Amino acid sequence: MIDLHKLAAMLQELDDQMVTCMKCGMCQAVCPVFRETLREADVTRGKIALLENLAHEMVADAHGVQEKLNKCLLCGSCQANCPSGVTVIDIFIKARIIVNSYLGLPAAKKVIFKGMLTRPRLFNALVAMGEKFQGLFSRPADELLGSSCSKVMSPLIGDRHFLPLAEKPLRMRVPELNTPAGRSGLKVAFFPGCVIDKMLPRIGEAVLKVLDYHGVGVYLPPAQACCGIPAVSSGDSESFEKLVRLNARAFARGEFDYLVTACATCTATIKEIWPKFMDAYPPGVQTMVRKLADKTMDINQFLVDRVGVRSQPAPTGGRRVTYHDPCHLKKSLGVSAQPRTLLQANPAFNFVEMNEADQCCGNGGTFNLQHYAVSKKIGDRKRGNILASKAEVVATGCPACMMQMTDMLSQHGDRVQVCHPVEIYAQALK
Amino acid sequence: MFSNALIKEFKAIVGKQNVLQKEADRQAYAYDAAVLDPVVPAMAVCPTTSEELGKVVRLCNENGIPLTPRGSGTNLSGGTIPEKKGIVLLTNALNKIIEINAQDLYAVIQPGVVTAQFAAEVARHGLFYPPDPGSMAVSTLGGNVAENAGGLRGLKYGVTKDYVMGVDFFDVTGELVKSGSRTVKCVTGLNLSALQVASEGILGVFNEIVLKLVPPPAANKAMMAVFDDIDKASETVAAIIAAHIVPCTLEILDNSTIKYVEDYTRAGMPVTAQAILLIEVDGHPAQVAEEAEKVVSICKTAGAVDVQAARDEAERNKLWEARRAALPALARARPTTVLEDATVPRSQIPAMIRAINEIAKKHRLEVGTFGHAGDGNLHPTILCDKRDTREFERVEQAVDEIFDVALSLKGTLSGEHGIGLAKAKWLEKETSAATIAYARALKTAVDPKGILNPGKIIGG
Repeated sequence: MIDLHKLAAMLQELDDQMVTCMKCGMCQAVCPVFRETLREADVTRGKIALLENLAHEMVADAHGVQEKLNKCLLCGSCQANCPSGVTVIDIFIKARIIVNSYLGLPAAKKVIFKGMLTRPRLFNALVAMGEKFQGLFSRPADELLGSSCSKVMSPLIGDRHFLPLAEKPLRMRVPELNTPAGRSGLKVAFFPGCVIDKMLPRIGEAVLKVLDYHGVGVYLPPAQACCGIPAVSSGDSESFEKLVRLNARAFARGEFDYLVTACATCTATIKEIWPKFMDAYPPGVQTMVRKLADKTMDINQFLVDRVGVRSQPAPTGGRRVTYHDPCHLKKSLGVSAQPRTLLQANPAFNFVEMNEADQCCGNGGTFNLQHYAVSKKIGDRKRGNILASKAEVVATGCPACMMQMTDMLSQHGDRVQVCHPVEIYAQALK
Repeated sequence: MFSNALIKEFKAIVGKQNVLQKEADRQAYAYDAAVLDPVVPAMAVCPTTSEELGKVVRLCNENGIPLTPRGSGTNLSGGTIPEKKGIVLLTNALNKIIEINAQDLYAVIQPGVVTAQFAAEVARHGLFYPPDPGSMAVSTLGGNVAENAGGLRGLKYGVTKDYVMGVDFFDVTGELVKSGSRTVKCVTGLNLSALQVASEGILGVFNEIVLKLVPPPAANKAMMAVFDDIDKASETVAAIIAAHIVPCTLEILDNSTIKYVEDYTRAGMPVTAQAILLIEVDGHPAQVAEEAEKVVSICKTAGAVDVQAARDEAERNKLWEARRAALPALARARPTTVLEDATVPRSQIPAMIRAINEIAKKHRLEVGTFGHAGDGNLHPTILCDKRDTREFERVEQAVDEIFDVALSLKGTLSGEHGIGLAKAKWLEKETSAATIAYARALKTAVDPKGILNPGKIIGG
């Protein structure tokens, strides 16, 4: 039996933040989920009203509120557009921690977060095993996109076209690195993140190639773990804390100027979410987390703002490339010009802007797993804009967005490649 | 709350997925943008076709179910706060632009079309739909018509009512009533379309609306005049109109608002100014150039300490950013923002602003005032925390007094936000007992059971 009174008392901690929502409804204009469903409970104003009602015991159906609260991409579009400056992402993540930890996580998430993510060695071993057996359950779907689909009917995968696990993850190709700063005078720590390590190691290799070309020293410690976003956005603060500590320890021994990632979500998580939940850590860990957060930078931003990569005056080649702004990169971190500069630094490509480049692709991490029908509708809109740009390549600074766009394009057999800007830039370097 | 048989009937009309019964779904339709107590409806129903819409209305009437039509719920006077034993009728899915006629300058739309999306589509046809309520990025045209929404361009272009050529609506029995026409002139029969405008859903449920379009202005010019005395700013407004210049937009920001805007934007606003006027003229390029020059001269003569005219689009945008930042800047100052729309004849703006400031001082409240000076439509915005019950009582008293002053200055309770629930108790004060009786008789004649949006405008 749920003790609503206790749950309400916990949620009242968020009262000061929630009361700033003036219910103007402007979030409807930018919410990708609302645009597809047109339901008030799917937009921020509705969710905040529900949380306020739960906090003040005006609603009895806590599970109903939990379901609505979880139906959000956490893309931050509403926060970026909110006249009152409501700290939506902060409220929603904290509320998910309170509500989901109180009502309980689904069993599958418990197994994944507590059993796997927080045990990187086991996680890596399971992934390696998965790679060996994936051929039994999946078959290649699109050679250009490198996607696969399920051989058998599977409720977990459905009709998705997904990126298969890499034969050799990045951590096996490059177990660790500690190279001195070269002619740039800069040294970075590199945080590849799970998707790059396990599915798209080619991005990691491109990052290392580019850093080497520019004479940037690299510190790549071996014992890295997931950044924690799947756990914290599902309300599992315990697993999140473990992952932050594991990473803090992994990077503690290195000397570096910046910590770079090629994943928008990892960057936003380390930079913005890690410091928000560190009250429970010992002072030493707090200092390390703060230091890492301050030093964290997106690879596009690092290359353009710190290394000084410039766009070419004019393209010489005819390959049309367009760019999708990941929400975590543009709306959370304000990085949007730099990836475009990087794309325009390769003269073999001709950069074209697509419509609604900064509209969410609909992936949203676990949102894609829980609400695939809505995720697909949002993704299809993105696909339409990619096709309308007539680009042969779509680039984006987030591997999760790459997965979503690959799925949408592959399902329709579209001849559009999906890349990371750093890959395109790396191609220009001899 | 409804019998299973009745719920089945609703589902048979609109489909199972469009009948929202769960508590978490219903709770999300308990409010609009007004600072009023929420009321949770028994159900929310989302028709996707005209036919479904008519059938839902009929079913509600046959079963005595109160029905509150709702677009995006951006009302600032409680117009879409439902009746707890009733349903909320969602019009969002009725969002088709049926026709844009560039030759005869009209468009036919369903009520759930979002205002900004419509304006953008019309612009793609080389035409112009001027009403621009602050919420236009999300508000629906059905809601705009029901509330007779205004906007920044009201002075020259008028408000929603000036663009409604016809409204086809379902009466409470679910019969489709056609009114108005697609012609510029139409005096056939009673003007039932006009009756629907500002009716806040108490007389019918909109099915299709015919809206007038106009050619877009060829040029525009924006200016900012800075004053060290708010009376001088108000006198300037009158002087501009007296010179037979009708700007498309003529906005005022008081000192308190300017300070908050500067705090928020750091755009270099003149924080010591007692008021600024933001003025835009539009039309033929030659006329715009001439009028802009005259406006600058009038402002200077009337005592502006500084007048800046935007030299290009970037500078024009910068000026309007200041205006657009007024509400966000004030909204961030305190947890709760009570935005009112007391409206007075232009000449009474100084008296109204003085009174607002005195009332705020008396009740120890912080208030910023901005608004459409050209049409006398002010937005005194009280900054408070609704959780502080004592403070909120003072806010309510202050609002009452602001309305009192507006009426004493021959003004009106609402310039563009409607009456809804929030101002229903005041209506008789502005009009008369006979007016209310007439309105009630009309309501009773067309909706004897009181099904359509009960409690709004004329009370229960």
